Amino acid sequence: MSDKALAKKAVKNDPLHKPVETKAQHLWHVNKTGWGFLLPFFVLFMTFTIVPVFVAMALSFTDYNMLQTPHFTGITNYMLLILEDDVFITAIENTLVFSCIIGPVGYIMSFLMAWFISLCKRGRGALALAFYAPSLTSGTAMSVIWMVIFSGDRTGYLNHFLLRIGLINDPILWTKDTTYILPIIVIISAWMSMGNGFLVFLAGLQNIDPELYEAGKVDGIRSPAQQLWYITLPLMKPQLLFGAINSIVSSLAVFDVATAVAGFPSPNYCAHTIVAHLYDYAFTRFQMGYASAIAMFLFLLSFTLSQICMRIFRSDD
Amino acid sequence: MLKKMIASMKYKREIQQSGVRVRKPFKISKLLLYIIVAALLVFTAFPMVAMICRAFMPLEELYHYPPYIFVRKPTFQNFIELFTSLNASTVPFTRYIFNSLWVTIVAVVTSIVICCMGAYGMVKHKPMGAEAVFTIVIAALGFSGHVTKIPNYMIVSGLGLIDTYAALIVPSMATAYNFFLVKQFCEQLPDSLLEAARIDGAKEFRIFWIIVMPLLKPAWSTLAVFSFVSNWNDSFSPLVYIHKDAMKTLPLALQTMSGGAGVVSRSGTVGAATLLTTAPTIIVYMVMKGRVMQTMTYSGIKS
Repeated sequence: MSDKALAKKAVKNDPLHKPVETKAQHLWHVNKTGWGFLLPFFVLFMTFTIVPVFVAMALSFTDYNMLQTPHFTGITNYMLLILEDDVFITAIENTLVFSCIIGPVGYIMSFLMAWFISLCKRGRGALALAFYAPSLTSGTAMSVIWMVIFSGDRTGYLNHFLLRIGLINDPILWTKDTTYILPIIVIISAWMSMGNGFLVFLAGLQNIDPELYEAGKVDGIRSPAQQLWYITLPLMKPQLLFGAINSIVSSLAVFDVATAVAGFPSPNYCAHTIVAHLYDYAFTRFQMGYASAIAMFLFLLSFTLSQICMRIFRSDD
Repeated sequence: MLKKMIASMKYKREIQQSGVRVRKPFKISKLLLYIIVAALLVFTAFPMVAMICRAFMPLEELYHYPPYIFVRKPTFQNFIELFTSLNASTVPFTRYIFNSLWVTIVAVVTSIVICCMGAYGMVKHKPMGAEAVFTIVIAALGFSGHVTKIPNYMIVSGLGLIDTYAALIVPSMATAYNFFLVKQFCEQLPDSLLEAARIDGAKEFRIFWIIVMPLLKPAWSTLAVFSFVSNWNDSFSPLVYIHKDAMKTLPLALQTMSGGAGVVSRSGTVGAATLLTTAPTIIVYMVMKGRVMQTMTYSGIKS
């Protein structure tokens, strides 16, 4: 540090030399750099994420078609949605079936796989890539390949395989038959979601101090399962929480795979989801008020679930 | 990092040497574990392998019975057809590739700069209200972009941005997920380096650009991967904001091309297009892999 700088600093710290600041000036002085850096993010984040939640909330109590000014209709949209709209009930059922399977399966699988890989001595990178690659792909793109696997004629990989081992006598029309469409979308989505929390978990596992396992052994922890339950899991709470929130949010948003497999709208609404319903009313019928009520339903569902997760995985420090 | 890995490897070897007896009874369950893992890997890898193979299959192999999984005589015919015959149609396939690349790259770069600036300002300058902002960011992790699509559509169409690249770029510049990752990483940067620069009299933005950005490299490389993957694969935003064929991005274009289920005539070109749509994200991940792991270490939420 140069003498000049030191002298400057001394002057700055000397109460006698300090210029008199009003409270407002002081606040400006202390906060201007921090807020200067934060401002671009803050403005965009507020405009496109936070304020829209409240706008959607307000719109959900109105009738609005983008042309005329919205007029207040009270809770009519919600009443219609829950009491009259059978398609919406189907959409909720389908979405819940999807997310109740995809969410937990993806979550548990990616944790177990991360755990297994972290115990491996060799080939971690290759294993991680093989397991994580599906999560990097686009649902629309990969549906093309899955449609070949589930193709309804004999050349479909699955039909061919089942015919060959003699489980079926005639090829099954997987993607046309409404009883199979839902399970197929679940399989494809599960395939894509298995890497959801994978990287977070892998990083968390690699960061646990090996000495803790040593200490655990002294305390009588024997099997790897015990190690997992008593040492690894409690230490990974923050990562588990981050993974859980991500998998809730993404599993409730199933849409593009469903559309790619079953078309839009799907036959008999067998693959209709909440997001599909939202898209239908907002961007094909332009009933923005009603669609906002659907958006609010999705918001409350995923927000409540993630708040519950925050409670479950509460860190004690 | 390397030291840590070596230490943990040594430790594992020790455990194995000392714990041979304890582990022996678990042999069968271990075998079972390997079988399950192998089955899972087949499940995750099979569609990827099938996709790569089908892109290079000549037509007679694509329609061969019994169906081939692996390619016998690889050919570039499908790619050539994709770029020549489809280029003759109204919108050439190269246009979709350009759309996707341009939108994704601009969104990733701007998102990196904005999120890194914000996170640095929040963590190292602690302005008033920063904690409240972070609480909102955490809350925003709990719902998806579909919730806010209607108001966003109103903003985008109000600004006259429908059918422009900006419609796909601007709303995805400041996402909670990206900001959160950088912020968590920023927390563990030592203050001492910044203090030194400040005493040297460097201007705040220069400090950020010359000292902080290089220090944040693992964080923004990770963000680059995630942001690239989510923007590249996003098919919902273009579906909402884009109506013109020429402005569509790859996922949407592919959807139109494959035309839902069972389009026979273009099976080969669709296979090639699928590979071109999928490969970039995987390449980006492979290039950035090491840094991703370095950042994800700090990604937990302490509630």
